[in-house]
Amino acid sequence: MKSYDVISTRANRIDTPDKATGKAVFVDDITLPGMLYGALLQSPHAHAKILSIDTSEAEKLPGVKAVITAKEAGQVKYGVSPARYDETVFAVDRVRYVGDEIAAVAATRLDIALEAVSRIQVEYEVLPAVFTVEDAVKDGAPQLHDEFKGNLCAEVHQEFGNVAEGLENSDIVITTEMKSKRQDGAFIEMQGCIAEYDNRGVLTLTSSTQVPHYVQRTVAMVLGMDVGKVRVKKPYVGAGFGIKAAANPMELACCMLARKTKKPVKMNFTREQVFMYGRARHRFHHTITTGAKKDGTLMALKHECWLDGGAYTSFGIATVYYTGSLLGGPYKLANMSYDGYRVYNNKPACGAQRGHGAVIARACFEQQLDMIAEKIGMDPLELRIKNMMETGDTTCNDLNMSSFGMAECIEAVRNGSDWDKKKGHMPPGKGIGMACGFFVSGAGYPIYRSDTFHGTVIVKLTEDGGTALVYTASAEIGQGSDTAFAMIAAEALGIPLENVRLASGDTDMGVDLGAYSSRQTLMTGHATKEAAENVRRQVLEVLAEQLNVAVEKMDIRNGFIEFDGDTPDFSTLRTRYIKEHRGWTDNPDSDKLTFKEASRIAFLERGSIVGTGKYKPHSLGGKFKGAAVGTSPAYGCSAQVAEVTVDMDTGQITIDKITDAHDCGKAINMTSVEGQMEGSISMGIGEAMHEEVIFDNQGRVLNDDLAEYKIVTTMDMPRVKTIVVESDEPNGPFGAKEVGEGAIMPTIPAILNAVYDAAGVRVYELPLTPERVFHAIQEYRERNKATA
Amino acid sequence: MKKLIQMTINDRAYEVAVEPNKTLADLIRYDLGLTGTKKGCDTGDCGACTVILNGDPVNSCLVLAVQADNAVIETIEGLSTDDGLHPLQQAFVEKGAIQCGFCTPGMILSAKNLLDKNPAPTEAEIREGISGNLCRCTGYQKIFEAIESTRS
Ligand code: FES
Ligand code: FES
Repeated sequence: MKSYDVISTRANRIDTPDKATGKAVFVDDITLPGMLYGALLQSPHAHAKILSIDTSEAEKLPGVKAVITAKEAGQVKYGVSPARYDETVFAVDRVRYVGDEIAAVAATRLDIALEAVSRIQVEYEVLPAVFTVEDAVKDGAPQLHDEFKGNLCAEVHQEFGNVAEGLENSDIVITTEMKSKRQDGAFIEMQGCIAEYDNRGVLTLTSSTQVPHYVQRTVAMVLGMDVGKVRVKKPYVGAGFGIKAAANPMELACCMLARKTKKPVKMNFTREQVFMYGRARHRFHHTITTGAKKDGTLMALKHECWLDGGAYTSFGIATVYYTGSLLGGPYKLANMSYDGYRVYNNKPACGAQRGHGAVIARACFEQQLDMIAEKIGMDPLELRIKNMMETGDTTCNDLNMSSFGMAECIEAVRNGSDWDKKKGHMPPGKGIGMACGFFVSGAGYPIYRSDTFHGTVIVKLTEDGGTALVYTASAEIGQGSDTAFAMIAAEALGIPLENVRLASGDTDMGVDLGAYSSRQTLMTGHATKEAAENVRRQVLEVLAEQLNVAVEKMDIRNGFIEFDGDTPDFSTLRTRYIKEHRGWTDNPDSDKLTFKEASRIAFLERGSIVGTGKYKPHSLGGKFKGAAVGTSPAYGCSAQVAEVTVDMDTGQITIDKITDAHDCGKAINMTSVEGQMEGSISMGIGEAMHEEVIFDNQGRVLNDDLAEYKIVTTMDMPRVKTIVVESDEPNGPFGAKEVGEGAIMPTIPAILNAVYDAAGVRVYELPLTPERVFHAIQEYRERNKATA
Repeated sequence: MKKLIQMTINDRAYEVAVEPNKTLADLIRYDLGLTGTKKGCDTGDCGACTVILNGDPVNSCLVLAVQADNAVIETIEGLSTDDGLHPLQQAFVEKGAIQCGFCTPGMILSAKNLLDKNPAPTEAEIREGISGNLCRCTGYQKIFEAIESTRS
């Protein structure tokens, strides 16, 4: 096996010294000369007709430079999936949720812009609104979008194998439901952006986004501009988790204001607006029936899910498909059916969030595995091992596991948590539970239908030969992708990490679909590797000419040229190099030819040494409708064990410990892999234990701040033991695949299974508030009394 | 009516005229250009805007600039020296305690305040000491490790 010099280490991240010292620039840290400040007018009503808009009082206010509404902005529809563009930047004649955008103002100061917004007069005719799936699908319910009768945004019906037969042949059949609540991304940096429009008609948008590429295309389409005249860049981004993975109306409004005023315009969401805009995890209601044989063999899975979608589609089409497709694994399962429904209502749209579509489905299903195990008297861990897919297996819905260290993950958490000693031997009130999960390493297809490359990368050597510059349009949003690509470039070139500089997040640097679906390490990583190898080859080709040695007889490692066999006389090259560097202090004196010398000579022979790389997945998936969603060139997988304490008198749950093993293929940066695992777990714990966006009966978010919307703090985060399981993914660069989302999959069901182990109760609704758990315990006690 | 105030930030004296409703966070960020101090909420919930004011950590979004008249303030920019990063900053880098980095300046200042007052905190004291600083990315594990590695 090849040994590596740069990857698979714990190298310090290249961006963190700047982040630790306050030097890292985020969008709101930027101030430009003459910059204006923008503000949005958003609907106070959940559902209303707009009868008239009068902006005259706003325009009169001194300092106001522009006011725009749908009248000027036009009615170009946009959204996430082209098949379902159902939004306009500003409401045309109807608002559909509290927060729907109606107008935008740019002024010399933010307080003036806000004052101007308050002076815009809108006459509404308030319409009846619906806020739940149940109400929205009733006969006679208010309709949100004329084209989608019954408020049905999307429905999916799939069957693989023969589920009826599978269930008939099962010895045990279990049906349960699972309900979750709407989440919020709760990234600490609110969305913000700055748009500039220059004298040559080029629009530059600097934004806190995960997806510069998609934002660029959306801006170009909505503003009617050439893609080449729109540049989108992201500075450092305070995370996104999926919510920042599409163009938002503020970005589009900001671009319009900048084009109109010819001045830079800055806009920010307040925390309240982050909640109002939504686009985070849907509220799911699953009903799953699973059948198994007495020996534990899984036979069939029947799945129905209703998704509370909110007012627009956003990522919803992909979500409703992912919800079904990602139950196809990680267990061998021949028969699976899925009926999914996404329903519109008058709340902010839901979208994608870490573990897109699949988290609650897994929470439901993995509980059932434990129930089956209990019924047949099998250790739940053994049941999982018995049914586990192996490397090379394909699910019934055509997802291929080209590498799959799932069994190794299970063994790792078994040992890491001392499972065998603890399971079945915990004192009353304490419990242990486990679950598994898997996730894509990048969506197999882009969001818009296209043959586009998913990532392109440029690597260029500086003329002195000392440094490799990597240019990628990918998005570092906190996950560590810049460092991963710098490491991949260094490894592929054969030079130390400190000799790589990297710039990213700018559509001028190429095409990259961005940070979503855990795609960048594999996809951008491939393109980076190819570009670096291209550069490496060019340098070696020049050396081959100069030294009369075949390219294949040379290698570059740690910044030195290594020769297969005898080292040829390279003194002429060294003399030439030193002459070029007269007066410099760092002339080479090693007995090995340095990469620096070689690449300077290459520059002298060929001019700038530039290599490009690109990546797109091979054709993936089956032929059925929706087959594309869930496909990926590779899948990461995890197993987790949770240990909990349940206070039987109050229903209070404490999570004592989580042990997590994740197969990420080859770990590019071990520390970053662990960081993704730990972060995923904290988000899973938040969703399991307390997160819930709560609305009043008018569709307004009640807990639109980080005090009342409770994410995990230092006080409730348990210690986590992370175990990185490495496999060799044939479709990944150096064998690497995802970790950013797969690691969240088992967290909630592992906790639920541990709660059952501790308290004897199953809870089918999240979050696990003390009241909910207490009631479950009460019922359980009643039941036991009754049967006693 | 603007009011003239004086303050010392990171050992440098400032004299500025401020509106009575301007927060210290906004003054530091937008008027003085010390953008290392972040704002994640503006309502005192996230801790990203933490600065050390007269020896105590505060959420600078909850403090009016005029209240900081004559104050001595330390922001993230004041931590590193000519010799390089402060040991806590270095530990955060080395332990991988930073992902998006938006919570980091506030987190490091809270940790520094904790260690200044209690050089050998227990795990519980560390959790308590930085409990006002939210981080959505890291799950706090590596932040604990970083702080633990610098306690005496
Ligand atoms: S910005 Fe001050 S606490 Fe969040
Ligand atoms: S590192 Fe992103 S919020 Fe802490």
